[in-house]
Amino acid sequence: MSATSIPEAPPRFRAGASGAVAGGAAALLLALAPFALDPAALNTLGRIVYFALLAASLDLLVGITGLPSLAHAGYFAVGAYTAGLVAKDVSALAVVALPAAVLVAGVVAAITGWLTVRSRGIFFLMLTLAVGEIIFLLAESADDVTGGSNGLFGIPLFEIVPGSDALSQPALRYWFVLVVFAIGYGVLWMIARSPFGLVLRGIHGNEERMRALGYSPRLYAFAAFCIAGAIAGLAGGLLAAHQQGVTPADAAFGTAVVALVSVIIGGAGTLWGPCLGAAVVVLVRDQIGPSLGGHGPLLLGLVFVAAVYLLPGGIAGTLARLRRRPG
Amino acid sequence: MTALLELDGVTRSYGGLLAVDGVDLRLDAGARHGLIGPNGAGKSTLFKLILGAEAVTTGRLHFDGVDITRMPEHQRVRLGIAQTFQHSSLFAALTCSDNVLLALQRRTGDARRIFGRPSRALRAEADELLTRVGLEGAGPRPAAALSHGEQRQLELALALAARPRLLLLDEPAAGMSPAETERLATIIAELDSDLAVLIVEHDLDLVFRVARDVSVLHLGSLLMTGSAEAVRASEEVARVYLGGASVDDVFIDEAVT
Repeated sequence: MSATSIPEAPPRFRAGASGAVAGGAAALLLALAPFALDPAALNTLGRIVYFALLAASLDLLVGITGLPSLAHAGYFAVGAYTAGLVAKDVSALAVVALPAAVLVAGVVAAITGWLTVRSRGIFFLMLTLAVGEIIFLLAESADDVTGGSNGLFGIPLFEIVPGSDALSQPALRYWFVLVVFAIGYGVLWMIARSPFGLVLRGIHGNEERMRALGYSPRLYAFAAFCIAGAIAGLAGGLLAAHQQGVTPADAAFGTAVVALVSVIIGGAGTLWGPCLGAAVVVLVRDQIGPSLGGHGPLLLGLVFVAAVYLLPGGIAGTLARLRRRPG
Repeated sequence: MTALLELDGVTRSYGGLLAVDGVDLRLDAGARHGLIGPNGAGKSTLFKLILGAEAVTTGRLHFDGVDITRMPEHQRVRLGIAQTFQHSSLFAALTCSDNVLLALQRRTGDARRIFGRPSRALRAEADELLTRVGLEGAGPRPAAALSHGEQRQLELALALAARPRLLLLDEPAAGMSPAETERLATIIAELDSDLAVLIVEHDLDLVFRVARDVSVLHLGSLLMTGSAEAVRASEEVARVYLGGASVDDVFIDEAVT
């Protein structure tokens, strides 16, 4: 029996021919987007892309390992603040700021994860909620470092090579985010289909049996927690590069919930589904929401409820079912 | 020759109750040994003592000359003792191949690799194991899609993946149809000749088909250990099981209840 109520990933974690074609087409469309979209729309698409990386990294925990975490926005924000501070005070080179974000977020995930992965179910959810809240409160109160409730602003443009201001161009900035997303997503994808990824799915499916096979599930879950936290930090670094500003709201409970909702709407355990879920969520929250006079979260809630009832297994699960039973 | 498994006066008591009482048992490599007895005879407890899931009260256990009396369960697994579960415990959402791969890559250490795919050799070994337990071609199917009997066969593949030297089968035919039991008997008969098998089973027909030697447990003590034929012919065994008739009649009753 499953340790959580999160549905398990489909049994075959590999791209078929149609999956490869769909993935290639999506990559091509995303790469060509700057030629078709105005700067405002491109800005939104950039936000979707780094938020999709956050959702995919969370899926490694939720869908693959079966650990629904509410601490993930915390590591996202740790990465964003780290990249922002490094860019401001040390070096705005992307090859310095982004690895720093990955490293610091990974270390914070390791410290907090060692405690949380000992629990399961509702206790894991509550412990990760507490971790997320602590990071949020630190972000809000450490005025000298994070800029407190005003947030961290004045982050310089990230540099690809020393002295370059190429990222002032909206299209180039978008492509930069897209390339880093591709790297982060590629790492998650390879991990999910590796022997280690199979162990994570084994933990999701039958943790007791894993122990009887001689595994230490806690150790593997901890490794997954650290990796997911580090990639969330990379997504946060992209936020700092893209928005040139970070606020405590990026660490808040709301962000954690929205990331989790992206995973569920998109289809837990598939990695690509949560990316689609992130697109839906960001569009509803940031594009449609503001025109509803503050009722954006209500609409997001309705979309979530509708998705849970109408799309079991999320967007990915529904597409898979439609493909199996055409017509 | 050193015995593969040697039990020497093994006793387990729960408070005043003697669940297992001074059992001596010796299994050589390649043994096919049945363990039978009425409900409450201590069969399950004896299994747990061999596996290390419970500690003996007195007595000693040796595995391949090594004293394992106080050795924890996971270390005994690494020495080469494997078991199948009375109730199938599998990874329902994973394919049969991936179920077996999980057991294989634990043994080989591949489980720690975070990049790359399972090696060709490992996948070939998984296919070979599935074939060996009669699940040829089932690799891509999810374990949840298997019939009850097939799940028991997959359970056996997971146990064999650890390359054990002693295999403990805990009621492997429970809930199986006659056809499935028939197939199981064939699979057990075809296991490596140097693998020792100890089987606890209520289906006595199956026990007498696969076991060369049989031990009868009664009220925690060994009533008799001998060749399958000798146990079948024993009047004492018949008396314990019954109130009369021939042993075969009793065995059939037992199998039904």
